[in-house]
Amino acid sequence: MPETETTVKTVTANLKVYRYDPEVGDAKPYYQDYEVEVEDWFTVLDALIKIREEIDGTLSLRCACRASICGSCAMKVNGEAKLVCKTKLDSVWSPGETVTVDPPGNMPVITDLVADFKPFWDKVRQVKPYMQPTGPVPTAEYLAPNEDMVHLAGVMNCIMCGACVSDCTVLEVDKSFIGPAALAKAYRFVADPRDGKKKERLGELNGDAGIWDCTRCMQCVEVCPKDVDPMERIMVMRDQAIEEGYTGTSGARHTESFVNSVRRSGRLNETRLAIESMGVMNIPGQISMAPVGIKALLKGKLPSPLDHKIPSKAAVKKIVEKSEETSK
Amino acid sequence: MKYAFWPGCVALGGTPELYQSTKLVLNKLGIEVEELTNATCTGAGVLQEKNRKLGDTLNVRTFAQAEEMGLPIMTICSTCQGTMAQAQLAVIKDDGYLADINADLADEGLEYHGDTVTKHFLWILVEEYGLENLKKHFVRDLSGLKFAPFYGCYLIRPSDALGFAEVPERETSLEQVIESTGAEVVDFKGSKACCGLPILFINQGNSLKMVATHTGTAKDLGADAMVTPCPLCHLNLDGYQGKAAKKNRSSAIDLPILHLPQMLGLAMGFTPKELGMNKHMVSTSRLSEQVASPAGV
Repeated sequence: MPETETTVKTVTANLKVYRYDPEVGDAKPYYQDYEVEVEDWFTVLDALIKIREEIDGTLSLRCACRASICGSCAMKVNGEAKLVCKTKLDSVWSPGETVTVDPPGNMPVITDLVADFKPFWDKVRQVKPYMQPTGPVPTAEYLAPNEDMVHLAGVMNCIMCGACVSDCTVLEVDKSFIGPAALAKAYRFVADPRDGKKKERLGELNGDAGIWDCTRCMQCVEVCPKDVDPMERIMVMRDQAIEEGYTGTSGARHTESFVNSVRRSGRLNETRLAIESMGVMNIPGQISMAPVGIKALLKGKLPSPLDHKIPSKAAVKKIVEKSEETSK
Repeated sequence: MKYAFWPGCVALGGTPELYQSTKLVLNKLGIEVEELTNATCTGAGVLQEKNRKLGDTLNVRTFAQAEEMGLPIMTICSTCQGTMAQAQLAVIKDDGYLADINADLADEGLEYHGDTVTKHFLWILVEEYGLENLKKHFVRDLSGLKFAPFYGCYLIRPSDALGFAEVPERETSLEQVIESTGAEVVDFKGSKACCGLPILFINQGNSLKMVATHTGTAKDLGADAMVTPCPLCHLNLDGYQGKAAKKNRSSAIDLPILHLPQMLGLAMGFTPKELGMNKHMVSTSRLSEQVASPAGV
């Protein structure tokens, strides 16, 4: 049998790594450049560990399982959250380039690449991440049919790594937003047939800094390493909140106005969407929107508040009504 | 080159200057379009949060109309493009779902077979028209000007629906087109972020912070204007920039927001007025002077 020769390709990678350690007197964060010999099978985490073990023992980072199960090593690679144990170096870096590594965003930094997850866990706790069954306690397990549980498999994949929270565009401007991870966790119980507090849960999530504050930017969907699709869960909870009777929010009115506009005419009526979302009787709200509306009118670009009807509006109305009927 | 043209509700409503400038630029480029006057709103993700299947059905209805015309669709709105791409992905990977939707379209005599290609004008320029061909129509060198790109979420995410794996240049298409005019690209973190429009009527404080952050950062980096392929982003970044600056900054931002075709139109020698730049909420007069000045010609 001929001998097989294996060659391991070694090249030098350049990493630009976020450094900050207030305990040794760093007044502010800075970037440190490292050159490290890497092999073609390296993940970003492998490169970071090699730096720590062979070049600079002061570099702090979190990792445990190294197999994308524990959720410890989410950080920003070239500006986007990744689980670094799951990210091959050559997928984010080519020889001659520099790859930048930062701690996860939207969280306070403790040291270097290690963030303080306390705000993250506080928000997860806020959604009561445990079953709250009602009715008589069964003699054995709480049973649920398979088909009622299968759709929860995706959301149960969440490993609480914080990648979605790191890159959430709402949290960047508002730290009070409950955020994608906690909302995905909330969905896990809202949609569980064994839980008895669906309406109460949705009532709480319907409040300020809850489901309606998401911008639908899909960044959480994009960066989640486990395909949990937090935003999709938020969208389902919005619809369920409306179905449970929580219709008094701008968000609920916004959705309602949008659907009504398409049902009536096939097209979006932007002017009515603005007025109806605010609430027709919400005088301060209407006044707050007026200056921009008036300026648009003067520029000749305020869309007519009358519907912009398409020729086949009757056919479209039928499609909308049929769809609403079958989705009930 | 001929396309079934879907301008989207906002180009037909709140940003008429986008429609106006697109028509001028397409004509100059010799790109023929037939407008889909009987297409509906794509749902913009809002209709989908209430009822995803309804959103997909309405988009498939539009695809079927284009399929009958035998033409690919051209969009000029990131939000339309992304929403339509998601609908297309959903139906081509699930024959049963498509059959279900087709049943709802049968009353109108429509049936979709899955073959309509939908592309944003920005992608068409890079992938089909070609930047070298585009440059042949430029008579005004925009070098010296700095433009910040702003894509709009739905032209960036979710990447699997947008074909980035198959066509990687889509991810940098806006930068490439800006550079083709001679202008310099302002590299800034916000180019792929959210403009905040979807929550403008829901949490205006947060929405305005997003506007102030992105336009303010671009301005501080020396941008003369921001360029966007998304009219929904334009509504917020232009319409609410003044208010956003007042609430979040000590000074005004005054960063003109150009629709993609307006930037191309300037390079083609059209006047700012022909491109509808007088209809913007943030004044474009300084930019117009810069473009008209001898250094810019």
